[in-house]
Amino acid sequence: MSTVESSKKIRALTLKCIGSLGSGHVGGSLSIADVLAVLYDKYMNVDPSNPHMEGRDRLVLSKGHAGPALYATLCYKGFFPEDWLLTLNKLGTRLPSHCNMLLTPGVDMTAGSLGQGLSCACGLATGSKILKDNATIYAIVGDGELQEGQNWCALMYAADKKLDNLIVFVDKNGLQIDGTTEEVMDIGDIENKFRAFGFDTVSINGHDHDAIDKAIKNARLHKGSPSCIVLHTVKGKGVSFYETMGAGVHSTTCTAEQLQKALEELR
Amino acid sequence: MEMRKAYVAAMAEVMKNNPKVVVLDADLASAGGTKPLYTQFPERAIEVGIAEDNMTCVATGLAAYGFIPFIHSFAPFSVRRNFDQIAVSVSYSCQNVKIIGYDPGVTATTNGGTHMCFEDVAMLRALPNIRVMDIVDPVQLAKAVPFVAEHQGPVYMRFARKQTDTLFDEDYKFRPEKADVVRKGNDVTVVASGAMVFDALKGAEILHEKGIEAEVIAVHTVKPLDEQTIAESAARTGCVLVVENHSVHGGLFGAVTEMFARTVPTPCDAVAVYDRIGQVGSLSELKKDYNLTGEDVADKAVKLIARK
Repeated sequence: MSTVESSKKIRALTLKCIGSLGSGHVGGSLSIADVLAVLYDKYMNVDPSNPHMEGRDRLVLSKGHAGPALYATLCYKGFFPEDWLLTLNKLGTRLPSHCNMLLTPGVDMTAGSLGQGLSCACGLATGSKILKDNATIYAIVGDGELQEGQNWCALMYAADKKLDNLIVFVDKNGLQIDGTTEEVMDIGDIENKFRAFGFDTVSINGHDHDAIDKAIKNARLHKGSPSCIVLHTVKGKGVSFYETMGAGVHSTTCTAEQLQKALEELR
Repeated sequence: MEMRKAYVAAMAEVMKNNPKVVVLDADLASAGGTKPLYTQFPERAIEVGIAEDNMTCVATGLAAYGFIPFIHSFAPFSVRRNFDQIAVSVSYSCQNVKIIGYDPGVTATTNGGTHMCFEDVAMLRALPNIRVMDIVDPVQLAKAVPFVAEHQGPVYMRFARKQTDTLFDEDYKFRPEKADVVRKGNDVTVVASGAMVFDALKGAEILHEKGIEAEVIAVHTVKPLDEQTIAESAARTGCVLVVENHSVHGGLFGAVTEMFARTVPTPCDAVAVYDRIGQVGSLSELKKDYNLTGEDVADKAVKLIARK
């Protein structure tokens, strides 16, 4: 199956997951489905039957509210059965709204309080460097999330420690809860800010699988500094009525009717 | 020996024996005393710069990778500055991070109010999964460090870097779950944590001259509290005076009175910091100003005994 087919499957499972509850973080989940498909189909050295395998690659989904997209991906890759997806946010679930490393097989880091994930990823990357186990640490941060100052402490750290085993994706979908990122708090030139902080940085269409593939391949080969891949994405990508919803798509409904319509579009 | 010298010696030993132990500093390795570890263990001593929030979460990542990270700063910047990072990435995530807070409360002396943390114990007591320790002297510190490294789960440990006062001799046996009864008596139980044990003992001496015998319990671990030792003593003496270098809200006094409220109502009082902010001063001046002296212990004990 191509990574494009995988991304469709991930989007469908994401919406089934959120649809089981009727609403959730739809927009920022759908915007990262493509990078998750390429990562898990082609790059992540992980074993669904041994989620704590030593020396595995790790992903920190710092924008932890996009948990459903990661759950869909992990489910699709065989970390847990599909019926788990229908337990989202129900008391006692293994799949809480925001990622929890103690609950979900395949989730490598807890996230939810924005701005902490990059630092945690730096710690994982440092650990891998100490052990010399050649793992690659990936992190996905939101563009709005970059408004949290701790991210910039983490970037400074990653460059200072020459963490070339760290690859950071910025999901630049341009929207956050209160409006566009420009309206709420303009983050400015993300690419050049990462470059100024010492990251080898590229900017690509975050829904173009060939571009994602090439960017990851190059980032893995790059030595001497950490890498950043800025993904230009559409919040709600893949479903027409979510793509055009604006800032409201961050957390919105996924009724039975919406789910059915979305699944038809994703076929 | 200064506390920081005892600490770094103990850490060097622990790091020699356990390749999983790493230290992180936020530009206080020189002040805190961990600097020699950067030469001895260059791969496992990590300078993070002045970024305590980042330091906390880098430690979380290291812990998730199987390491045992110790993070260091002054108590306010080890706990208060990065409280959400501790809450989410250490407590909620249950990661094996060890948090060291230097110069708690009045021991911040001339660094003054910005550095004078009277609330660290209360803050961390309120978070699940974290062990909260207040160390009395260099001997206890040296014996506690190997335990902290071995213990599975987050720990917070506060101590005054430059303190040299020593209570215990080298025969002291550190028992993680037990407080130390350092003076026997039947008239009042004095429960003190950290270096306030010295003031509690001074107070007990003053009381002795008045014919009052205080039992002094030295608490090194505020959470989980050795409730049994305190309750057994209180059952004999009938009243409990808590002595701590911390706000009267939510620290050792909170822990002790919560226990008695749940079990046997017992007259209690506290020599502690009563809802005040920090300031500059020498240690002896500050103790006088905040009423944290041996005389204060004796005065409060006399009044407390009258309430029995």
